[in-house]
Amino acid sequence: MPNPDPTKSNLPRLELHIPEPPSRPGEEVTFAHVNRGEAGAVRRPDIAVHESEVRDLPYELIRVLDDDDKAVGPWDPKLAPETLIKGLRAMMLTRAFDDRLFRAHRQGKTSFYMKSTGEEAIAAAQSMALDKGDMFFPTYRASAWLHARNYPLTTMCNQIFSNAEDPLAGKQLPILFSARDYDFYSISGNLGVRFVHAVGWAMASAYKNDTKISLAYVGDGTTAEGDFHEAMTFAAAYRAPTILCVTNNQYAISSFAGFAAPERLPFAAKALAYGFPGIKVDGNDFLAVWGATQWAAERARTNNGPTLIEFYTYRAEGHSTSDDPSAYRPKDEAAHWPLGDPVDRLKKHLIVLGAWDEDKHTALEAELKEQVKVAVKEAEAVGTLGQSKPPIEEMFEDVFAEKDWRLKEQERDLKARRAAREGGAA
Amino acid sequence: MNMIQALNSALDVMMERDPDVLVFGEDVGYFGGVFRVTEGLQKKHGLTRCFDAPLTEGGIIGAAIGMGAYGLKPVPEIQFADYILPAYDQLVSEAARLRYRSNGEFCAPVTVRTPYGGGIFGGQTHSQSPEAIFAHVTGLKTVIPSNPYDAKGLLIASIECDDPVIFLEPKRLYNGPFYGRPDEELKTWDKSGLASADVPTGHYEVPLGRASIVREGSEVTVLAYGTMVHVAEAGIRDSGVDAELIDLRSIVPLDIDAITASVRKTGRCVILHEASRFGGFGGELSALVQERCFDHLRSPIQRIAGYDMPYPHAFEWDYFPGPIRLAEALQSAVEYR
Repeated sequence: MPNPDPTKSNLPRLELHIPEPPSRPGEEVTFAHVNRGEAGAVRRPDIAVHESEVRDLPYELIRVLDDDDKAVGPWDPKLAPETLIKGLRAMMLTRAFDDRLFRAHRQGKTSFYMKSTGEEAIAAAQSMALDKGDMFFPTYRASAWLHARNYPLTTMCNQIFSNAEDPLAGKQLPILFSARDYDFYSISGNLGVRFVHAVGWAMASAYKNDTKISLAYVGDGTTAEGDFHEAMTFAAAYRAPTILCVTNNQYAISSFAGFAAPERLPFAAKALAYGFPGIKVDGNDFLAVWGATQWAAERARTNNGPTLIEFYTYRAEGHSTSDDPSAYRPKDEAAHWPLGDPVDRLKKHLIVLGAWDEDKHTALEAELKEQVKVAVKEAEAVGTLGQSKPPIEEMFEDVFAEKDWRLKEQERDLKARRAAREGGAA
Repeated sequence: MNMIQALNSALDVMMERDPDVLVFGEDVGYFGGVFRVTEGLQKKHGLTRCFDAPLTEGGIIGAAIGMGAYGLKPVPEIQFADYILPAYDQLVSEAARLRYRSNGEFCAPVTVRTPYGGGIFGGQTHSQSPEAIFAHVTGLKTVIPSNPYDAKGLLIASIECDDPVIFLEPKRLYNGPFYGRPDEELKTWDKSGLASADVPTGHYEVPLGRASIVREGSEVTVLAYGTMVHVAEAGIRDSGVDAELIDLRSIVPLDIDAITASVRKTGRCVILHEASRFGGFGGELSALVQERCFDHLRSPIQRIAGYDMPYPHAFEWDYFPGPIRLAEALQSAVEYR
């Protein structure tokens, strides 16, 4: 590059830094930058700890399951095997559901789908660890929350197919669920916005002297949005009873996490600037997710305020059905993720406990596959995308609490046109 | 009561009646707001009912949406409407659509109060009229009072309503009516003698979506809201034309029946607003009148509005659509052939 100003030739030339991921397609996979630490090694502070005493925590990785599949250390929530099996089931169901519905998309039965593959432990463990009535402000990779709470699979498929029995009446993109009865807030496609809602919701709960807390997700990429910082500021100022989570799955579509934070800075460390604890947790470790959530929930419930949790994980599949990850990362990168697969790790732990075996696992896999198949068939009978639709009147409902004259006139107009068409007039 | 006191009274009444109503925003708590609208509320209702917020409009509205989803009735303040844009995404993508996208499972009953409009030498960042950008977003209601009585009744109706409301307060009218002549002495509502300045202390509602006929007339219909209602009164007096003046009070919901009835009667329509003309709400009003009253029209619909530029500080009175421009429009409307 020629020097643009020869009169300043004695000054050093500036260079623009563009972050680059450790490996690209065709290159050898490297996760040398991942500091796995040691399972069980990170201390578990008292829930009332002052933030100034835990400023090292974001730089450690909280793990419970060790490389021998045993649960170790102070963050082990010491759950009963039955609870662990329920968790395993929720994760396996999520995976079976994702596989089937992803194929349904490829068959043209829906317009869009997003899988949670590799991240199932996070929403599954948190769904089970939190109480009924606590409100979850999810992203689109959190359907394990609903699976863990036995949300009807057929209803889920109806939403994905936008058919006549879609619980959201055809108003929302597939998988952007809303399930108030399951403490699952309406998902917005605008990333980050609901992080602030979660804080407001928690403030309202505190204002009402209620006992409920809120939980919210953003992805690593979304930490760059203003909403993230607005939520953190509000949560800190009002000591909101909330758990704010960054699910760092290494990618924002194709942009690796280094674009949202300096490569060596854990997202959990962003909490330091706001004066409340940030912890970094192995998101592929069901027990670590549970243990960390329990700690943060106890802090929230005892008026000790918010916690930022970075769940360190890996998005094993593409961002969505519209994404081809082999175009920007090595094909076999997922297999090299140094913190393993969450389903596999919990399965092995249960086997070590003597509460599970390969036969049971295979049988459960088959059972879940069948359940999903049945649900998809039921929903298909109602109709896939375009085959059946919710009643057209629904389109005009819920814009406002009550329709104004514009909506009434437009609905009347649309109905008249349809009637004319059906009568052969148009 | 002036408009500030009337708004304060509305908040006070609602906070007294409903413990789920809470007020927050920049400087609104201890200090009582830069325009003093929330004065005394924290002292009377407590620290958790009326409190200060960080300087983040997006955070204020986002948190209010979460509170609304929980079941509260938050009334956040954005200090100037000019500063609402950092919260625009939360208002448009979230507040306006939460009910729709969740098929009624969640809603955001948030009333966003914000002073707007010119006439105070506030320059670009303290003078704008952003109503059109909200009116276009279905799911939001946009309310604009023009006098203390309406301000209180409309604010109460807004808080009681389960939809998100943008409540635009014409700050030039906070202390008294304004007839669009900068050389005129500042009038106070108390001394104005206007019936509308008599504000009851208790609870009452002015329903949303109901326009008021400020002045009956036979020759031309003038549509206005906010500060422009008073400018219109002056312009009509100056013109000598027998004009009917309609104060829309809310533009969403819009009282289409009052508008069409009046234009069908007078056969002429002049629209007056303070915001820039191009793409302004006057365009929507004009289209609606044309669609519904075409056979009754005896002259082209006219729009008198701010010029299409950022609010120019030194040229405020040249930019501001004043009574002279309206009077000329009214005369040309009745003389049209």
